[in-house]
Amino acid sequence: MRKLMIGNEAVARGLYEAGCSVVSSYPGTPSTEITEFSAGYPEMYCEWAPNEKVAMEVVFGASLQGARSACCMKHVGLNVAADPLFTLSYTGVNGGIVICVADDPGMHSSQNEQDSRHYAKAAKVPMLEPSDSVEAKAFAKLAFELSESFDTPVFLRMCTRIAHAQCPVELEDRILPDKKPYVKQAEKYIMTPANAIRRHPVVEARTEKLREYAETAPINFIEGTGTKLGIITSGTCYQYVKEVFSGDPDIRILKLGMVHPLPDRMLTEFRASVDRCVVIEELDPCIEEHCRALGLSVEGKNLFPVLGEFNQTLVAKAFGKPVTAGPALSAQIPVRPPVMCAGCPHRGLFYVLSKLKLTVLGDIGCYTLGSANPLCAIDSTLCMGASVSGIHGFNKAGGPDTEKNTVCVIGDSTFMHSGMTGLVNIAYNDTKSTVIILDNSITGMTGHQQNPTTGYNIKGDPAAKVDLEALCHALGIPSVRVVDPYNLAECENVIREELAKDVASVIISRRPCALLKYVKAKPALTVDTSACKSCRRCMKLGCPAIHMTAGKAEIDPTLCVGCGVCSQLCAFGAIQGGEDK
Amino acid sequence: MKTTNIMIVGVGGQGTLLASKVLGQLFLNEQYDVKVSEVHGMSQRGGSVVTYVRFGETCHSPVICEGEADFILSFEKLEAARYIRCLSPSGIVLTNDQEIAPMPVITGAAEYPHEILQDLSALGARVVSLDALALARQAGSVKAVNIVLLGKLSTFFTFSEEAWLAALEAVIPKKLFEMNRTAFLLGRSA
Repeated sequence: MRKLMIGNEAVARGLYEAGCSVVSSYPGTPSTEITEFSAGYPEMYCEWAPNEKVAMEVVFGASLQGARSACCMKHVGLNVAADPLFTLSYTGVNGGIVICVADDPGMHSSQNEQDSRHYAKAAKVPMLEPSDSVEAKAFAKLAFELSESFDTPVFLRMCTRIAHAQCPVELEDRILPDKKPYVKQAEKYIMTPANAIRRHPVVEARTEKLREYAETAPINFIEGTGTKLGIITSGTCYQYVKEVFSGDPDIRILKLGMVHPLPDRMLTEFRASVDRCVVIEELDPCIEEHCRALGLSVEGKNLFPVLGEFNQTLVAKAFGKPVTAGPALSAQIPVRPPVMCAGCPHRGLFYVLSKLKLTVLGDIGCYTLGSANPLCAIDSTLCMGASVSGIHGFNKAGGPDTEKNTVCVIGDSTFMHSGMTGLVNIAYNDTKSTVIILDNSITGMTGHQQNPTTGYNIKGDPAAKVDLEALCHALGIPSVRVVDPYNLAECENVIREELAKDVASVIISRRPCALLKYVKAKPALTVDTSACKSCRRCMKLGCPAIHMTAGKAEIDPTLCVGCGVCSQLCAFGAIQGGEDK
Repeated sequence: MKTTNIMIVGVGGQGTLLASKVLGQLFLNEQYDVKVSEVHGMSQRGGSVVTYVRFGETCHSPVICEGEADFILSFEKLEAARYIRCLSPSGIVLTNDQEIAPMPVITGAAEYPHEILQDLSALGARVVSLDALALARQAGSVKAVNIVLLGKLSTFFTFSEEAWLAALEAVIPKKLFEMNRTAFLLGRSA
């Protein structure tokens, strides 16, 4: 059966067909759907872990037990999981381990543009890189085989244009691997210095064996017989090269399905077979630098950027090929940045923060959109959890005056991921910081995944629910308050009170995401145009449902969910409906 | 055969992804090679979104570049204009005539260019517009704008009505199929 699948669905199918039985992940664009699709197969146990480090360690345990297992994360998630990764490379596996990591060139939904291939080299872990959904499925299966035959975790590197691009995939059956019983092996699994020092040479020897494998692996192959121009490429770039050069008799392509370790002899022989050789790879010049280290004369980043995504036009232009120009408008088109949704519970809270002119250390999630016009309510965004750790440093360096006008904001899922440890530090090392947990009862930005605070697991079944108030108290925070972000006066009062207190506080701003299915919209609000004085105060919310028409505020009934925040702002009572309807 | 390139552009939340799923299913059913490229995550929150759909004998790249789009299927006027550089010299812009104000317009930092479709026509682009929102309402849900537009798009292809409806049925949840079928047919006869 042929089915259209995005790369991530194809990876999930590959895990399934390979007999994988445990998947543990933390959501992150563009990797999230691998785990969501995996959860659709009842034969595989799947879970959302609180963070990527936990996920990778769960997989380590499952592998010890003999199961084929996988963890999935976005590129920055791999930073979080880097600690187990580097030593998992030493222990190797019992049941096969596949680590799916999805890069985001062009930063469609990420805070940086890091290239995960560096991790493969640094942690000495082999990495496969598919170039479409067909390969995504096939490579996921191959990764398990390599993992078990070479006794190593194996990376499957995705990127946005593979993870989220669909193409037809042929489905195959699930084949269960032979059972691998757990056998106690202290020298392999207990990484004390005395044992680890004996594992390191095993790792180095393994890389050499894998390099030898790469020389003849079918996933590294040469296409074409041209001698004028050789192109070394992998992943999505291979597709752009094919788009530009298909049928060109002068071209020879070396397509690498395995990007670490690289096949030295194959690269050297390929270079010798062509007059000119160009490496085409998105992000960093990993393959190019390897070729240079082998003494091969190649081009690459002299023609292509280290920034952003590539496409067929970019490849064509680099070789001086003609491209079609499209029509060019002279008029400026207003930009359309992403915005917080109508009825987003974060909006009211951010309005208050903006009104109080507070310094706000931010975090990773939908609420990062609070940084945009007109709210402009965020001062920093670094990485998961950094708001809570950061405010402590900000306040330590700034002193009591700073403490009185600084807060940090972090979502419920992000707090579970890596905010808790920062909060412990606030209590333990004593700043009077005010931490606001934006509890919208879901992991929002990545498309509504459950987390330990929601009371449901990945399948939507009831699960243990973290009591945030009790947790914050237990971590040493004396003052914990809960507010409804739809109630502006309450938010303002509580924030003022907590900032004034001489203790560390947590304010939980609690209201489920307006897009959740169980959240029922109220009737849309309406504007009494005779009462509207055109003061534009409601426009300060940056609600996509409100705009000005003929000088008066107007509310789009198809977008408005009746949250009532704007009606609290209107001094003339011109906005009607909402709560009392 | 030449690859056909369709860009679907709109505002996050308008249902562009579902439209691309239906197209992908149709071309798969018709035995073509297909590539559909989406972007998830941040941009979905009311931002400008674009999905690429390509079909033909063999499709390599998942994306569509400047001057390559045979169709720009636009869910909102401004978005048609934003991606007009991608239109091929013989391409067609098929757009919903709805206006959704982006944040700079809402905050007063920019003006919505109401005459933008005339500007596109003046560039020589072939522009077809329709009130997909009204037709979607008529079909029973404002959310069916995407399917109304697919209905209109279907008139530019030789695939049978049955083939389109079969793709629709394969993608749309059962209980919403009848309403979407109505939306499709309204768009197709508009």
